[in-house]
Amino acid sequence: MQRFTQLFLEVDRTTRTSEKTAALRRYFEDAQPRDAAWALAVLTGQKLIRRVSYKRLRQWAGEVTGFDDWLLSECHSSVGDLSETLALILPPADAPGPSGEPLHRVVEERILPLPLMTETQQRDAIRKAWKTFDGHERFLFHKLISGNFRFGAARKVVINALAAAADIDPAVMQHRLAGTYTPSVENFEALLRGGDDVEDPARPYPFFLAHQLDDDPADVLGDVADWRVEWKWDGIRAQLIRRAGQTLLWSRGDELITDAFPELRAVGDRLPDGTVIDGEVLAWDGDKPLLFGQLQKRLNRKRVELMLFMDVPVVFMAYDLLEHAGDDQRAHSTDQRRETLEQVLIEDEALRLSQLVEAESWEQLADLREESRAHGVEGFMLKRADAPYGTGRTGKGLWWKWKVDPYTVDCVMIYAQRGTGRRSTLYTDYTFAVWNGKQRGEGELVPVTKAYSGLTDEEFAKVDKFIRDHSVGKKGSFRQVKPELVFEIAFEGINESERHKSGVALRFPRVSRWRTDKQPEEADTLVDLKRLLAKRV
Amino acid sequence: MGRNLVEPTDRGLYCAAGDFFIDPWRPVDRAVVTHAHSDHATWGCDRYLCSEPGVEVLRQRVQNDADIQGVAYGELLDLNGVKVSLHPAGHLLGSAQVRVEHAGRVEVISGDYKVQPDGTCDAFEPVKCHRFITESTFGLPIYRWRDDAEVTADINAWWRDNQEAGRTSVVFAYALGKAQRILHSVDASLGPVVVHGSVQRFNDVYRAAGVALPDTTTSTEESRKTCKGVGLVVTPPSTLGTPWLRKFAPYSTAFASGWMAIRGNRRRRGVDRGFVVSDHADWPGLLQTIADTGCESVGVTHGYTQALVRYLRQQGMDADIVPTRYEGESDTEQTGETTDESG
Ligand SMILES: [Zn+2]
Ligand SMILES: [Zn+2]
Repeated sequence: MQRFTQLFLEVDRTTRTSEKTAALRRYFEDAQPRDAAWALAVLTGQKLIRRVSYKRLRQWAGEVTGFDDWLLSECHSSVGDLSETLALILPPADAPGPSGEPLHRVVEERILPLPLMTETQQRDAIRKAWKTFDGHERFLFHKLISGNFRFGAARKVVINALAAAADIDPAVMQHRLAGTYTPSVENFEALLRGGDDVEDPARPYPFFLAHQLDDDPADVLGDVADWRVEWKWDGIRAQLIRRAGQTLLWSRGDELITDAFPELRAVGDRLPDGTVIDGEVLAWDGDKPLLFGQLQKRLNRKRVELMLFMDVPVVFMAYDLLEHAGDDQRAHSTDQRRETLEQVLIEDEALRLSQLVEAESWEQLADLREESRAHGVEGFMLKRADAPYGTGRTGKGLWWKWKVDPYTVDCVMIYAQRGTGRRSTLYTDYTFAVWNGKQRGEGELVPVTKAYSGLTDEEFAKVDKFIRDHSVGKKGSFRQVKPELVFEIAFEGINESERHKSGVALRFPRVSRWRTDKQPEEADTLVDLKRLLAKRV
Repeated sequence: MGRNLVEPTDRGLYCAAGDFFIDPWRPVDRAVVTHAHSDHATWGCDRYLCSEPGVEVLRQRVQNDADIQGVAYGELLDLNGVKVSLHPAGHLLGSAQVRVEHAGRVEVISGDYKVQPDGTCDAFEPVKCHRFITESTFGLPIYRWRDDAEVTADINAWWRDNQEAGRTSVVFAYALGKAQRILHSVDASLGPVVVHGSVQRFNDVYRAAGVALPDTTTSTEESRKTCKGVGLVVTPPSTLGTPWLRKFAPYSTAFASGWMAIRGNRRRRGVDRGFVVSDHADWPGLLQTIADTGCESVGVTHGYTQALVRYLRQQGMDADIVPTRYEGESDTEQTGETTDESG
């Protein structure tokens, strides 16, 4: 645990990616494989166990310290993070300094058994851990058992560092790690071995990601004839894999989602062996996609209820072919891959080909792009006709997303909440409201969305101060703020929502600017938002 | 007003029987000053009383020709029939608790205090009393200091790492007290030490009082040349982002303060490292001290007053809040921004 803790601190202490990578690399080179195998799982975002609830931890900490709930709340509110708060208030461990317990023993003997225990056993086990671990170790232990571990380096940085430690190409490492990594010494050592890869039939390819196009394509992309244009679908990016008599559907988040979509599994089962198609899972009705929220309903249930299955039909919108007859197609050009893709696709209700949008000029495309919302898409994808299929965000200039401008709404800030982790002393999470009357300034302000700050540091400091000076109510890390500041919130879409009091939920909301020129009475209304909803469906 | 000898007023704590103020924040006739931090020592009083080792420190803070009377720790004075004595508070050079005795009743005003001894000032001594007015800057159980020696080892290790990376080590520390403590404890054999002018001023006072400090120079073209990439710079936090500091680039920054016990506070400060070095009592220190005084009532001031009072009452103690002008909202207090010399 000591070496792992040291790694955590080294990464936490620097903002330079090169130093984070170097620290990770040193770790993977020094650490015992038994420990590093677990570390890799945790650092790439795997949860070790179903979490032990904070409520319980807090209760047991109360028992051990004798502190009442109000005092725990007071402490939590000052620290901002419960794992840290508990680590600080609990009595010192039996022996000072690092525990000397290796990470694999902490995970295998203390953490993994937790979900199998009764509540009393769990409490005893955790109390024992509190006597062993102190300081940063105790803090990390809390993070690991509460499913709340956040590491200061992106998954990609971890993978690159591991690749460097293994002295292999980062793309190869990414591929090796694209599927499920099950932590074990064998699997970890297999990742580190040199040379080319033996195929694992379960693994997807790393997804090739597009960059956002902010300029006019006519200025930067040259001849429109060199580009293949498709609608940019707003669903779940996924790879449909048929290999070794098995169908797998992998989302871009490296999650296996086959079980949520039986109709897509059925499609995969009919594909020839050795086929991998890149595309988008979409909730679909007739000739266009349904709202993203509909798709989410499907995703959120592992066992799809029959009703829902009928209510929310999905399709796989195929747009690229990565493997054909067991051969990696990625080095071929966009045009070649599409030609093969068209041959591979079979007739099925749940399988569609993402059609090319034909245009003579960028101007014509720009006009067509304005129809995006009516088609239920976000704009265009532009793929260079002669481009290979790249890895991640490498290969800039080959794939672009050319999105329509986001929607915006002017809202009033009504609540603020402290951030977690490194932002624990700042109010970073805001709740925004619009008027529910017929006109602006009429009725009440109803919350419609939360958004994280998209402000400059200077604005941010001002808003933070405003919150501190104008709070009208306070509960834990949460404050009610005098409704005075108006912000423009940009968002990508809007859904009906039963969970929200306002009845709507915004997709990808973010603060686009602070409207210091506006009074709260000038903020938009719920009617304005619901009008967008009507237009969209 | 009850039967307390010392009560809060709009100018600070006041002892009516002896007609003197303790740490007033506006000019008064007679001020007993616990220590020379600006939230305790105000300018313009007619007469000051402080501990003997504190006289020269206080003189830096008030008018040069001020009438300052120094009294040895433990020596009894008579102020209008009230017995007054000062006792070490362990907070910084010359810091004192004020003991007031009248008609068989004893009250002690702690000022700011730290329980762990540190070698730059006389060590804290608990004083028996009926009523104890305690500070509560770190009055929550999340604050529990590690041993000084461990933190010092961390600072030395960080300095060495920076030398290897060719970076100057910059420690932000308050100019009076914290800066000298850091200087006194670090391994100055590692490299040259440069300090900000505001720190040097108090270094001289400390040296004159016999406190061992390594050689320090202020920033000159020559000292910067020898310091850059290998040396240590000790400077107040207000110099962060100034041209004065930029001349030492490339550097790694650290903040030395009790507030650094919370991860978020270090990020908020925008420094690379946080070293938990405090001049105040931590939670166990506060509770132990309150118990050691044997007091029957506790006045809580200067910090997490509400939480500490509520906790003490739950333990069956008679406790109340003693307001001060510096009772900022605990949030701002928490980041150490209102009290520029505390933490
Ligand atoms: Zn002080
Ligand atoms: Zn103070």
